Amino acid sequence: MRSLHPFPGGVHPADHKAESNGRPIAQAPLLPRYVVPLRQHIGTPAKPVVKVGDKVLKGQSIGHADGYVSTAIHAPTSGRVVAVAPQPVPHPSGIADLAIVIEADGDDRAIEYEPLIDWRSMDPSTLRNRIRDLGLAGLGGAVFPSYIKLNPKSAGRVPTLILNGAECEPWITCDDRLMRERAHDILRGTAVIQSLLHAEEILIGIEDNKPEAIAAMREAAEQCGFPIEVVAVPTQYPAGGGKQLTYLLTGKETPSGALSTDIGIQVFNVGTAYSLYRAIEFGEPVISRVVTATGHVAEPQNIEVRIGTPIADLIRLAGGELSGASGRLIGGPMMGFDLRDTAAPITKAVNCVIVKSPALFPPAPPPMPCIRCGECARACPVSLQPFEMHWYAKARDFGKAQGYQLFDCIECGCCSYVCPSHIPLVDYFRFAKSEIWAREREKQAAEQARTRHEFHQFRAEREKQEKADKLAAKAAERLKQAEPTTATADPEAERKKAILQAAIERAKKAKEDVTPKNVDNVSAEVRHEIEEIEARRAKLREAAHAQDEDKA
Amino acid sequence: MTGSPYITQPRRETPRVMQLVLLALLPGITAHWWLFGPGILVSLLLCSLFAIGFESLALLMRNRPIGFYLRDNTALVTAWLLALSMPTLAPWWLYLVGIFFAIIVAKHFYGGMGQNLFNPAMVGFAVLILSFPVQMTQWPAPAALAAHVPSLVEAFDLVFAGQGALSVDAYTSATPLDSLKTQLRAGTAFDDIAGQAIFGHIGGTGGEIVALMFLAGGLLLLALRLITWHIPLAFLAAIALTAGVIQLIEPGEQAGILFHLATGGAMLGAFFIATDPITAASTPRGKLLYAAGAGFLTVIIRVYGNFPDGVAFAVLLMNIAAPLIDLYTQPRVFGQTGRKDKQP
Ligand code: SF4
Ligand code: SF4
Repeated sequence: MRSLHPFPGGVHPADHKAESNGRPIAQAPLLPRYVVPLRQHIGTPAKPVVKVGDKVLKGQSIGHADGYVSTAIHAPTSGRVVAVAPQPVPHPSGIADLAIVIEADGDDRAIEYEPLIDWRSMDPSTLRNRIRDLGLAGLGGAVFPSYIKLNPKSAGRVPTLILNGAECEPWITCDDRLMRERAHDILRGTAVIQSLLHAEEILIGIEDNKPEAIAAMREAAEQCGFPIEVVAVPTQYPAGGGKQLTYLLTGKETPSGALSTDIGIQVFNVGTAYSLYRAIEFGEPVISRVVTATGHVAEPQNIEVRIGTPIADLIRLAGGELSGASGRLIGGPMMGFDLRDTAAPITKAVNCVIVKSPALFPPAPPPMPCIRCGECARACPVSLQPFEMHWYAKARDFGKAQGYQLFDCIECGCCSYVCPSHIPLVDYFRFAKSEIWAREREKQAAEQARTRHEFHQFRAEREKQEKADKLAAKAAERLKQAEPTTATADPEAERKKAILQAAIERAKKAKEDVTPKNVDNVSAEVRHEIEEIEARRAKLREAAHAQDEDKA
Repeated sequence: MTGSPYITQPRRETPRVMQLVLLALLPGITAHWWLFGPGILVSLLLCSLFAIGFESLALLMRNRPIGFYLRDNTALVTAWLLALSMPTLAPWWLYLVGIFFAIIVAKHFYGGMGQNLFNPAMVGFAVLILSFPVQMTQWPAPAALAAHVPSLVEAFDLVFAGQGALSVDAYTSATPLDSLKTQLRAGTAFDDIAGQAIFGHIGGTGGEIVALMFLAGGLLLLALRLITWHIPLAFLAAIALTAGVIQLIEPGEQAGILFHLATGGAMLGAFFIATDPITAASTPRGKLLYAAGAGFLTVIIRVYGNFPDGVAFAVLLMNIAAPLIDLYTQPRVFGQTGRKDKQP
């Protein structure tokens, strides 16, 4: 038995898993219309490569990875692009985001997939690029592009690989079902991760309220040919938090502000490993995922749906909302958010849709003052002092809140959950963080404006200097030409020449003092900025020119 | 703003927390009633009424929903703690003044519940003992020693009409701490004093039983996880240690450890007053420091200060230090290597 390292804090909310974990994963039928957002992962949204009217095939890349932290998106079925425009998306802000809308033609014809059966012999970076182009991103909710996490970088290897099957949020059971039904495939995907990271130790953490999943994974692990340890961890929210699970299994704390790779550990969600298996085995991009549809619906269950499936359709597939539904949540009740519009689609990030009812989710009673009872601090898995941060966030003293390590808060919600005064603590922390970010951005903007202004001044200065230099040089020239004819003993000329010489010297020195800063030793950003400014100037000049011509 | 979590389940809500604190005071109150007569009921009732009155008034003036805030029961807790710290059967206006300072000055002038820097009940007590030392030291004598124990009706009479019904001497006596202080000052040796009836077995006739009952209530608070062990333990340990050291320095001259633990406000202070979460330190290490400081000061004030008991002043003094103690005892945040020495 592996000895576990309990993390501090945590809570035990009613798990509500039984509602949806009893049935096998259902397959969604083909729908008439899919909405595929370009921003489905953390980082830069994909760059659309199709336009309205284009015919697309299932699995065809319709958005390419744009930049380093990005990954591709694909058509979920064959059909026609009917819009590339802002659409409602599942995001806490409720703001519409660019998406590609595809009208299915009903044929569901796919491009020719290229399986990567020989991945073991492939060059790692080629393999990673393929994984990027197949749209792999963490399906646990964080949706970090997988190909980046599969790169051991300078370390050469990441010794410990943790598969996250904890699934600690109440209601969510998609990973549970996936592990029960497709344990072997998950492990086949895991083999790819293990190989790319050169991991020596593979641990799978599963909360002990999922005995069937644990059994299935253990059985698969015995047959898979490489050592994997399936560890049952106590059911305690948030055991599925990356840092919490890491600590639970290894006793290692991920340093604040660092990545787990810094301590030689990488964490992948079991769903991600499964989609990696699909990618390797069939060359299939991420065009579907398993989603839990539960709560106040007729038939709570897990459904494998294509990315882009409107959430209204998902709810319909789960038997539809029962009467008296009072809203929908995306994700779990501890960290999820309210969905504003059921036209929004399932993305790679959406693992669960919960239909709310007043009975299941009674509104929180009005908050009372904080009595500093410390319940929140005892529940915090990061050992923060939520009541202190709340105090300062409320007083809008964000600096002090930050001094209490506000940015180490993982927004798990344990503190709000236990507060006897029903204070929505996490709301305060999100608010404080966003305020601090906004101020930071303002500061940066001001900083940029200042450098721009300084650069402008510097250029004016330089131009003036150059003019003066030229004048001085000309004068010297004239003097030189005059020199041979006049007597060398002319004291007046001597004096003038000396003054001139001094002036030239001064000018030269001034130029030297100023010039090098322009060209040498500027950071890439500054150089980039300078170029940008120059480009803008050129445009302005052109515009001014055009205007002049218009006038003429 | 109403985001996740969408479910909450506090172990108990704030009004309930306060109710349970009141409940835990009942054994001590019952013992007091039993041993000193029903007068305590009168002072509890009066203080409660005054507290609710002042609380409502303050909320009204501050434009807050009265019913909502009254429901939190904190005013009652303050009222009971003050009532239990004051002599019973004191004139009614003494309770009124005490509660006024506790609720209006110490609580609402600071912004109301949760914002106060000082323990309201102890502020009320301190104001009273500084302003009305005579009235504040006229404690009813334990039933076993009193010439007469006032009945409930007599108690009301005494509180409202003054001492028309009974002469003061008929039912009051100095408390053990009080007579110890005066007699030690007069040069009597401790052993002679301790033999007097008022001192009972350890902490004073009646007093020791009441203290034991407050201890029982305190253990209930611990069992219900309404308080943690840090403050009571450190407070009582510091009292014991300080008393022990003083006894070593002046053998035979001073009261011993058990006496200090069982008398005055030691037990009430340890479990109900020093543990007030709003004004105490809140980090685990901070609580230890805070309570140890309060325990130490309690004995020092008792032995060398001007007042018979030191709990109130000790707690108030440590209230001042609590924010600073908290600042320097922050627990290590998960994932942070070494202690961040820079704190706000
Ligand atoms: S749990 Fe609530 S009342 Fe208790 S200290 Fe934390 S914020 Fe204050
Ligand atoms: S939300 Fe933040 S402060 Fe609250 S318990 Fe979680 S990590 Fe701690």
